[in-house]
Amino acid sequence: MADLTTTFLGISSPNPFWLASAPPTDKEYNVRRAFEAGWGGVVWKTLGESGPPIVNVNGPRYGVVHGADRRVLALNNIELITDRPLEVNLEEMARVKADWPDRALIASIMVPCDEASWKAILPRVAETGCDGIELNFGCPHGMSERGMGSAVGQVPEYIEMVTRWCKTYYDKPVIVKLTPNITDIRYPARAAKNGGADAVSLINTVSSITSVNLDTLSPEPSIDGKGSHGGLCGPAVKPIALNMVAEIARDPETRGLPISGIGGVTTWRDAAEFMVLGAGNVQVCTAAMTYGFKVVQEMITGLAMWMDEKGYRATSDFIGQAVPNVTDWQYLNLNYVTKARIDQDACIKCGRCYAACEDTSHQAIWMHEGRVFEVNDAECVACNLCVDVCPVENCITMERLPAGSVDPRTGKVVSDDYANWTQHPNNPASQAAE
Amino acid sequence: MANPQTPGIASARLDAATLSENFADLHPPLSAHEAAVAADRCYFCHDAPCITACPTDIDIPLFIRQIATGFPEAAARTIFDQNILGGMCARVCPTETLCEEACVREAAEGKPVEIGRLQRHATDAAMARQGHPYARAPETGKRVAVVGAGPAGLACAHRLAMYGHAVTIYEARPRPGGLNEYGIASYKSVDNFAAREVDWLLGIGGISLEHGRSLGTDLSLEELRADHDAVFLGIGLGGVNALGAAGDDRDGVTDAVTFIADLRQTRDLTTLPVGRHVVVIGGGMTAVDAAVQAKLLGAQDVTIAYRRDQDAMPASRYEQDLATARGVRILSNVMPKAILGNGTAAGIELEYTTVTDGRVTGTGETLHLPADMILRAIGQRLVPVDGLEMAGGKIAVTGPGRTSVPGLWAGGDCTPGEDLTVVAVAEGRDAAEDIHAALTGAG
Repeated sequence: MADLTTTFLGISSPNPFWLASAPPTDKEYNVRRAFEAGWGGVVWKTLGESGPPIVNVNGPRYGVVHGADRRVLALNNIELITDRPLEVNLEEMARVKADWPDRALIASIMVPCDEASWKAILPRVAETGCDGIELNFGCPHGMSERGMGSAVGQVPEYIEMVTRWCKTYYDKPVIVKLTPNITDIRYPARAAKNGGADAVSLINTVSSITSVNLDTLSPEPSIDGKGSHGGLCGPAVKPIALNMVAEIARDPETRGLPISGIGGVTTWRDAAEFMVLGAGNVQVCTAAMTYGFKVVQEMITGLAMWMDEKGYRATSDFIGQAVPNVTDWQYLNLNYVTKARIDQDACIKCGRCYAACEDTSHQAIWMHEGRVFEVNDAECVACNLCVDVCPVENCITMERLPAGSVDPRTGKVVSDDYANWTQHPNNPASQAAE
Repeated sequence: MANPQTPGIASARLDAATLSENFADLHPPLSAHEAAVAADRCYFCHDAPCITACPTDIDIPLFIRQIATGFPEAAARTIFDQNILGGMCARVCPTETLCEEACVREAAEGKPVEIGRLQRHATDAAMARQGHPYARAPETGKRVAVVGAGPAGLACAHRLAMYGHAVTIYEARPRPGGLNEYGIASYKSVDNFAAREVDWLLGIGGISLEHGRSLGTDLSLEELRADHDAVFLGIGLGGVNALGAAGDDRDGVTDAVTFIADLRQTRDLTTLPVGRHVVVIGGGMTAVDAAVQAKLLGAQDVTIAYRRDQDAMPASRYEQDLATARGVRILSNVMPKAILGNGTAAGIELEYTTVTDGRVTGTGETLHLPADMILRAIGQRLVPVDGLEMAGGKIAVTGPGRTSVPGLWAGGDCTPGEDLTVVAVAEGRDAAEDIHAALTGAG
């Protein structure tokens, strides 16, 4: 079996699966059980400054997006940072770290945006013996109204400033957790790097209203008839997270900056996708909140088996390997010509490909007598919609036309030369250059 | 109290509690959660094969999507628009040879979407929560006679009433519903559903029901035609085919349809007699319904004797499995030769058969089975109606049920086509559309 031991910022953990700072990591009881279940590391639920802790709402704090059969596709929460006293959390963290020296323990912190506040808390956190800190610049609800969380994360200058304070008053790794509630993730990532951050972690939750109760006309979760936007997480946000991770991984200004990938990691496969796009490890929350701590066992065996299958001996063998394949649209090969092909033996004749193509795409699928569906190459633009809506895996595939053949749609001979938009005659810029 | 081993024909072979358990709903209704899970499996196919397979052309993917999105009542409306007896069809349709056989998930994984049960979920919801969902058009002043209150007649009457015509249904038996009331295994229509469905259907208004009116004895076609603007015949098949074996007249030999009808009309099943050794002759749905119910009533052993290969049985594979799972033995390639016994049936002599090019021939080899109750389920036939052209022993029709006599339509089992409730509903409905067109000059 492949060795899943992963070293992130010099912090070693037996596997790359950490629990994200969130309700599952709010106290000693949970964290001990998570470690017993096999989690490689834990980012403790975000600590606030000393003094009376924050209070949470006393009505429902989670909303949900269900798939059919009530599968949890996303959760949304309006929970704030820990509502237990700082001292209690610090004592528990110290005990847990002492008992579990081989697991990563990271303290998530959110205090007001002034140097004194950070200077006050950092030495106390350091005393716990935890392996590093994560700056919570991400929470989009509640704390942001008080000038913390995403209110910081949305202003690159603040990110840089606070990060610098942390690097000044704390000598272990500093991870900056980024909010996706911005227009371009590269700016906050660059700010974190400029402030001296050892890594970024992303994404925090996405501002959201999950649903509206059509009887009471209140957003859910409803608190006495009112709702507030919450933070969305879970499988539904994974595509957003993957893109943001990749953007940072391939940005020349942040390339090489370690990334902890977060956002809908539910299976080993999700984790592997984050990691090949540049994440050095992953953090998980919703999967644990949906299925319990035991899910990590599937992630561990699945990732190891995949690594064995691919011949990877260590996670470092594949981290970032897909980054070179993320490019800008303008560099995509326009001479890559494919057509949909329907495997008649696999086809169950549902006709979804036909309905999708006929009604909403390019009228490139014929429906013959006996519900036989066939692609009309003269119309097929290879959009992939038929593949996406087909309920049978691998029944419809995209096949590349060989070089030298004629694309019946364009009448042009297919070339195996690489050619992109920057070189295309229709591109005014390319002609100007000639 | 008797028991399964009690000789001869006896009632109360099983206690009331066991009988009640035995005759419970074959397919219990889906809970809301089960319905959501089942509905989610539908792929919403384009030009869906299940619709094509449904004799009443119900838009199945649409109604399933309406269930999935929280409005079973809307789903029911989609169903009733095409099939006003959608509630009964959900219970008795051989879905395994119709919509569910055509379901693409049957092709994909051998597990079709549970269309029948979903249809029941929708129709039950609508029938439980609302009054009658359709309103009548203003009275047209036209009067239509419908003969037979079975599925064809009821579907025809409802559609005509909806269009504002005044309908009188003439029914020979004391209760409406036809085979829904008097045929069909009891566990497919529990809690008096057939009668409740008819009450609900009549809720549209404009339909009056006259019982004890039988064509040929209490009614004449001439009178009906003279008194009405149009006549629809949904008279079913009143005759039963004879066995053609010696001793057919012995006590204990009876028609399976009679046995089933008695069972359906008996409120206390401990009073209903059944044999110790039951042999059912035939291979269709009626044979299975009779055999299974005989077993459930407490017969010690029940055998279905079918004269062709088992593959040729008109009862679906599902029905055959249902029978064998309840302990019924299916004996194929045997035909009755003689009913044995002294006045009362005591046994049956069967001859083995071979089938070559569709022809059944006896091999000469025989076997004897003990049999104190022998149920004939070898098909029903039309009691001929004078003055009508016939086709293959049934009333000849063209298009939507037009008989050879102008102003006279027919549908259901008395006309050619499959003898299924759902087919009868389609034929009744389509004839009503044609009658309406004829009466309003739209055709």
